[in-house]
Amino acid sequence: MPKLSYLKALNRALGDEMERDPAVFIMGEDIKLALTNTTHGLLEKYGPDRVIETPLSEQGFTNFATGAALAGKRPVVEYQIPFLLMLVFEQIVNQANKFSLMSGGQASVPVTYLLPAAGWRTGWGAQHSDQPYPLFAHMGVKTVLPATPSDAYGLLSTAIRDDDPVVFFAPIAALGVREDVDFADLRPVPLGVGRVHRAGTDVTVVAVGHLVHDAIAVADELAGDVSVEVFDPRSVYPFDWAGLAASLDRTGRLVVIDDSNRSCGLAAEIAATAAEEMHLVAPPRRVTRPDGAVVGAVPELDVVLQPTREQLTAAIYKVLKGGL
Amino acid sequence: MPDRVDTPAAAGRPERLYRTIRLIRRFEERSIELVKSGHIGSGVHPCIGQEGVAAGVCAALRPDDVVFSNHRGHGHLLAKGCEPGRVLAEMVGRVDGIDHGRGGSFHPSDFSHNVYGSTGTVGHGAAIATGVAWAAKQDGAGRVVVSFFGDGAVTQGALLEGLNLAGLWQLPVVFICENNLYATTLPVETAVAGTITGRGAAFGIPSSTVDGQDAEVVLAAATAAIERARAGGGPALLEMSTYRYHGHHTFELKTRLRYRDPDEVARWLARDPLQIQAARVPAGVREAIDAEVEEELAGAVKFALDSPRPDPVDALAGLYSTGLSVRAGTAD
Repeated sequence: MPKLSYLKALNRALGDEMERDPAVFIMGEDIKLALTNTTHGLLEKYGPDRVIETPLSEQGFTNFATGAALAGKRPVVEYQIPFLLMLVFEQIVNQANKFSLMSGGQASVPVTYLLPAAGWRTGWGAQHSDQPYPLFAHMGVKTVLPATPSDAYGLLSTAIRDDDPVVFFAPIAALGVREDVDFADLRPVPLGVGRVHRAGTDVTVVAVGHLVHDAIAVADELAGDVSVEVFDPRSVYPFDWAGLAASLDRTGRLVVIDDSNRSCGLAAEIAATAAEEMHLVAPPRRVTRPDGAVVGAVPELDVVLQPTREQLTAAIYKVLKGGL
Repeated sequence: MPDRVDTPAAAGRPERLYRTIRLIRRFEERSIELVKSGHIGSGVHPCIGQEGVAAGVCAALRPDDVVFSNHRGHGHLLAKGCEPGRVLAEMVGRVDGIDHGRGGSFHPSDFSHNVYGSTGTVGHGAAIATGVAWAAKQDGAGRVVVSFFGDGAVTQGALLEGLNLAGLWQLPVVFICENNLYATTLPVETAVAGTITGRGAAFGIPSSTVDGQDAEVVLAAATAAIERARAGGGPALLEMSTYRYHGHHTFELKTRLRYRDPDEVARWLARDPLQIQAARVPAGVREAIDAEVEEELAGAVKFALDSPRPDPVDALAGLYSTGLSVRAGTAD
């Protein structure tokens, strides 16, 4: 079977959706030369009216995308660096995501915000290494964080077809993941539906993005000793609470490994909901970045701020012992 | 119901402009009464004194042209043809409002009349309007977009980015800056370096200053800009010199802020757009219009106050176009 990389999956999904729907267009910086590789080949095929190179005006062109969406188009807006999503946070959560409600249902804003490089990249500095996806979940913006190439293809397709704003985080550390796929099997993945990568009976590990692969590696390593179930929600918001509840019905123990900061991060929401509503025989544990983590100085400092397999392993044994 | 007018020529007849201005004036005055009686909890940002701008600009528009409004936008909606009763129902938060009570006075929209929204975030509508204009240009039906904002908005970065995109891509959007000399209490000369028209010119956008109190002058300037945009000639920026006779928002009824020179207010009261247009309409015709407007507004108020209040169980209905429902605030 051919191998599909995560990055190529993004490019493929974009191209397939542009082919399928003439209203789809992409805008962003340096996309003519496909600096991030996600738009490779699209300008030649679809022309400058559907692959639009923008000046450095993120607030302006994010609002521009909202206007185009109100007028019936289906924009995909690419941002190269995670902090740019903070810059346009207002334009996404306070403009685009509120039009449907404010208009009493007259308007929809089908924009996809694509961040093809989320998280830490060696040495890129304090301002280039964030993972702000919980901010969007908190504001009720549909947000996805796929871990595998086929899920990346599937969720980007779904995001583009969805009539609401959707933010798509593609983790840097997952861009090189390659998967055997039959291209005929590539299809949209629904929002709010997770998947179990490894079935298990002793503990549920919830992992997102590139950390799914770390969780699978840990599950494999502990296989003789602990039966670890790896649950990948795939969507940050809406979250597959039913899927998590079903997993905890089987295991009763929860560890979350999440690349966002500890305070009010995604893991916090998962742990709180599980504690409030689901079957737990021990308190849950989280493996996250520290509170307010600023990552991106030198590798020796950076790696200690990001979740590791060792931390995950330790947390698994903690919950097996009752969590204390 | 206001008569529908399908051509700028019809809309521009003196008595039609007068009727629009009179309708807006009396609508705003009745809204203020409803604020005082407690029916409009949000308060309102009255556009009294600025009616000539809304009336003149919207008279130059086709029904399929798009308006993007702002917080001082009731006049824009009425001049675009929205039904007063449904706009008022929106402001008093009832289900028969144009947004079923979800937009209120601050964020009304009426897509059946191509009013695509009213942002409360000053300056941010300009770039949204630019995106609508780009889509309109792609679709090739000659639609034009008008973006209304005030002097306070021209210092907002996102607005300048919108102007840059409009100028760069030559988009069919006409920016109307209603310079009423104050952004809440902030005088324009203490906020704006350079000029407002200079900002348009910086992006290669033809920009001019217009007497906003004379609706027929406004109509002429707006028509030229809108038709040029429609023909593919790109964007324009019209700075309308105007003035609001009331406070920024009805909260000033209680706070009694004093930030405007009474002589200045008096000078502008002497150039009332209602009186300027009234002078062009025979007295008998004017009186008939006034009576008709009163009757229409009486009906609008009744319609609005008779409309049912929304059911709290629907508070987050419509948050998503796809109907996705959300978790409640408790797990029970």
